[in-house]
Amino acid sequence: MNYKFFIYIFIFISFFLTGFNLSAQTEEHQAETQHSEQAGTHQENNQEPYDPTDLIHHHLSDSHDYAFELPFVHTTFHLPVILWTDKGLTVFSSADFQGDEHGHVVVEKNGQKFKRIHDLIVYADKVGEHVEPNEVTMDQRPLDFSITKNVFSMLLTFLALLLVLFYVKKSYDKNKVPRGIAGFVEPLIVFIRDMAKENIGPKFEKFVPFLLTVFFFILFSNLFGLIPFSPFGFNITGNIAVTFVLAVIVFVITNINGNKGYWTHILWPPGVPVILKPFIALIEILSIFTKPFALMIRLFANILAGHTIILTFVTLIFVFKNWGVPFASGFATIFMYISELLVAFLQAYVFTLLSAIYFGMAVKEEAH
Amino acid sequence: MNLLHPETLVFWTTLFFLLFFFLFVKMAWKPILKTIKEREKSIEDALLEAEKAREEMAKLKADNQKILNEARAQRDEMLKEAKTLKEQIISKAREEAQTEAGKEIAKAKQVIESEKQAAIKALKNQVSELSINIAEKVLGEELKDKNEQIKQVDKLISDIKFN
Repeated sequence: MNYKFFIYIFIFISFFLTGFNLSAQTEEHQAETQHSEQAGTHQENNQEPYDPTDLIHHHLSDSHDYAFELPFVHTTFHLPVILWTDKGLTVFSSADFQGDEHGHVVVEKNGQKFKRIHDLIVYADKVGEHVEPNEVTMDQRPLDFSITKNVFSMLLTFLALLLVLFYVKKSYDKNKVPRGIAGFVEPLIVFIRDMAKENIGPKFEKFVPFLLTVFFFILFSNLFGLIPFSPFGFNITGNIAVTFVLAVIVFVITNINGNKGYWTHILWPPGVPVILKPFIALIEILSIFTKPFALMIRLFANILAGHTIILTFVTLIFVFKNWGVPFASGFATIFMYISELLVAFLQAYVFTLLSAIYFGMAVKEEAH
Repeated sequence: MNLLHPETLVFWTTLFFLLFFFLFVKMAWKPILKTIKEREKSIEDALLEAEKAREEMAKLKADNQKILNEARAQRDEMLKEAKTLKEQIISKAREEAQTEAGKEIAKAKQVIESEKQAAIKALKNQVSELSINIAEKVLGEELKDKNEQIKQVDKLISDIKFN
């Protein structure tokens, strides 16, 4: 069977690429460790047990360098560092740090000294020699508006989405019947639109563009994040800052559009004894904030957990260094990949659905 | 996971999201949603029209059947009428013929009767003449006065009854 053959090839290549990237990173990491420890003659003897935490952490956190990793292609793109310092805007290339993430290299720009601890840029003269990133206070570091790896990936995602939508629109200009990529995207658009209609009611139309944008942005970043090689495999929606912005936008839209019924329901809940009304109102006011908060946490936690589990399964191979482990963890990784594929769609849909429900609450006409 | 410098992603996500949102709305969502809506409407219209056409067709068919039935009924009625008319004409003709024939017969009878009377009269005259002749010959001499004799004979003849 031909198609089965291709599926095997695809799985093999995916594994090869994932493994390759991780092993490359591991080697780098180990080399670095050994270098810093000034290790002696024999590598094997002095080697500490492999610790995957750093690798997973590194993969999931942001960075000022964009490592482009394909088999036999290892290039690091240095992204611009944009800082809002005490002396105003300062811009330089992340290449100036020379890949250092442990505060060894000090960069002097605009009359100020910076060093980098993990992915946090601090004033070199305001922090001590061995400082942990979580100990750094706000006045010890400039505000960082750099185009980081995640920002760059997000831009790529938006551009990919723009390209797709451009083709969809173009196909409609030529022919009203959906063809090509429009045949894939249109059912999703109609699906979201119908869902909005069902949950928001007659005033649904003005919310549809926002819901579609949110849905496709989350879906695309989730799916691209699952592709295990550059320039994909990033982690956008697994960042709480990203989901925070989305949730805030949902919060703002909901409360701007809140009609009289919505606010009455919150501030003077009907069908409750008068003596209880203030307490219920307190809970209701709290719920204005907890709803988008739940949106934020749900998406962030799901995607982050998915990435963490997949990475954990893969790094098990390097932890155990046993010939049997790759098969077991490989099987587990495939399983996780399939379930993450489901989660990618599901979380995009759930975020959109719940946003629509909140909008529906805000604009619903009183039925009772 | 980026809690060390959240302002980076917060700033750029907000910027990108809003920027691309307005771009998508202008460039993609509005025209795409419009196209989909128009297409849905045209499909709905086409379906409605098809339904209407089908109904009209059924109506037309029913009308046709009705007209056909009416025509058939009319034809039947016309046939029936014609039949009764025919019968009427025939019976009338027969009646007429009968009365005509009756009249003819009556006329003929009358003629026969009158002929018969004439014949009888002539016969009577003949008979009376013959009788007179016979009587003349027989009597001859017996009755000299001729007028007296005729009177006598007429009296005798009127006494005779034919049965």
